[in-house]
Amino acid sequence: MTLTARIADVTKRYGPVTAVSGVSFDLAKGEMVALIGHNGAGKTTLMKLMLGLIRPTRGSIEVLGDNPAAGQFAGRRHLGYLPENVSFDAALTGRETQAFYARLKRESVAKALELLDMVGLDTAALRRVGTYSKGMRQRLGLAQALIGRPQVLLLDEPTTGLDPELRQIFYEVIQRLAAEGTTVLLSSHVLTELEERAGRVIIMNRGVKVADGSIDELRRLARLPTRIRLKVSGLGSSEVPAWLPTSASCRRLNGHIVEIDAAPEQKIELLHRATAEGTSVEDLDVMPPSLDELYAHFLKSTETPR
Amino acid sequence: MNAVIVARKEIHQAVRNRWVLAATLLLAGLALSLTFLGSAPTGSVGVRALDVVIVSLSSLTIFLIPLIALLISHDAIVGDMERGTMLLLLSYPIARWQVLLGKFLGHLAVLAFATCLGYGLAVAVLMATGSHIDGDSLVAFAAMVGSSVLLGAVFVAIGYLVSALVRDRGTAAGVCIGLWLLLVLIYDMALLGLLALDQGRNISAVALNTMLLFNPTDVYRLFNLTGFANVSTFAGMAGLAQNTSLSARALLAALMLWTLVPLGLATLAFSRREL
Repeated sequence: MTLTARIADVTKRYGPVTAVSGVSFDLAKGEMVALIGHNGAGKTTLMKLMLGLIRPTRGSIEVLGDNPAAGQFAGRRHLGYLPENVSFDAALTGRETQAFYARLKRESVAKALELLDMVGLDTAALRRVGTYSKGMRQRLGLAQALIGRPQVLLLDEPTTGLDPELRQIFYEVIQRLAAEGTTVLLSSHVLTELEERAGRVIIMNRGVKVADGSIDELRRLARLPTRIRLKVSGLGSSEVPAWLPTSASCRRLNGHIVEIDAAPEQKIELLHRATAEGTSVEDLDVMPPSLDELYAHFLKSTETPR
Repeated sequence: MNAVIVARKEIHQAVRNRWVLAATLLLAGLALSLTFLGSAPTGSVGVRALDVVIVSLSSLTIFLIPLIALLISHDAIVGDMERGTMLLLLSYPIARWQVLLGKFLGHLAVLAFATCLGYGLAVAVLMATGSHIDGDSLVAFAAMVGSSVLLGAVFVAIGYLVSALVRDRGTAAGVCIGLWLLLVLIYDMALLGLLALDQGRNISAVALNTMLLFNPTDVYRLFNLTGFANVSTFAGMAGLAQNTSLSARALLAALMLWTLVPLGLATLAFSRREL
């Protein structure tokens, strides 16, 4: 496992405000990591620290062999960044902007311009950026971040303002890059979107890292119940199936649907019972806890002890 | 190389925003009107037309070039930060001093283009109308244009320093207007008042020279109005020219220093800034 970025015990204070506190994590080649947390949780601060735009109060950072806090930037040739509210010089056209950024990275301008077609800016690329809508600026922002096949991609809320079609294209592109070895760190509020895609999730709350792992690992840690929905025929309106252990909590949703909250170790046994002969179960859905629920759980669990 | 890429983009933007056009037209218009109207008080008989133009044009430059330079430069850093474009630029493989140097080269190129073209037009028109222009006058004129560009560089650098230090664009604009008033008007008036009060008792010529060196516009004025014998007679500065111990080279060095020190400080302030 080759590391592309290392954050070690990093704290950043702005006067009395602690934006990030004692955060550590490593990012490896080819990882796709989702950074989640509500506004002000420290996601943007972390990315800015990794870019050397701000310096940590404590701790050390290494990105692609550089120490960004010391102003080293050689590795940034292989780094793509999309800020949360991306903006460009209004007087230049999309093509001129893209060419400018390609030159700074010493990459082929022609190849960089092809990226504009990929994000669907082909006709608008000849217009001044000042005339662009939010979505078009976001497309240009993506196109510049992808210049020169980056080894590390930092994407701050990349899909806001993108239409569903482009969202799809966007995820396809970054998944392809990740498969080829790019480290992708992306923050987002749209958790359902990340659930299927992120190999690893880092949850931030008030500047502190509260969880870090794959979704399965987080599910195991959280010990949230899996919901099992059964369609049962011939059951009275307030009855519960007789085979159900009394320890399992369950509720009736409507006429013939029973929802059971199954603790992780109960899950298989419950399924065995439900599908055993002689029950009147007609249909069955298993819903593991979603990223939304995991996120809420980890936030709550870190709030209570304080 | 990075600085050149940034400089190219700045020039491109200035052309697109019609900054170049506006500055060139402004300087050319004023240079032309001074060329024709400026000779009215001296009459046109036996007067070395270009020398008169140098006197009036350099006086005008002292007001105008600093103003244009500060207008271009005051939001170079803080403005880009507010617009958010600096955030993205600094995520690229480019050092902050390269960003600033690139902007400086770009802005200076715009200013130099406008000055050379605008003022050059005045000479061209004088020549076309058949005025006699000798070699000495041409050299003095070229020196005036060159030092005007240098004066522009001084104020571009000062504008960057302000831009690197303040929190928002409005403050940058306010501070720059204040500095312009101070260096272009107030400093000289205060100095004049001081000299009138002193009646030559305490302030020596050396002290006066030193005080003049602390204001780049005065350095520029001394360079152009006393540096060339035929010009200083028209400028009414012949007396001062005999007293001043500052050579043209020393004055040019002072202007360079006035560019490099603010530029260096701006780089330092910008490098330490967090965004």
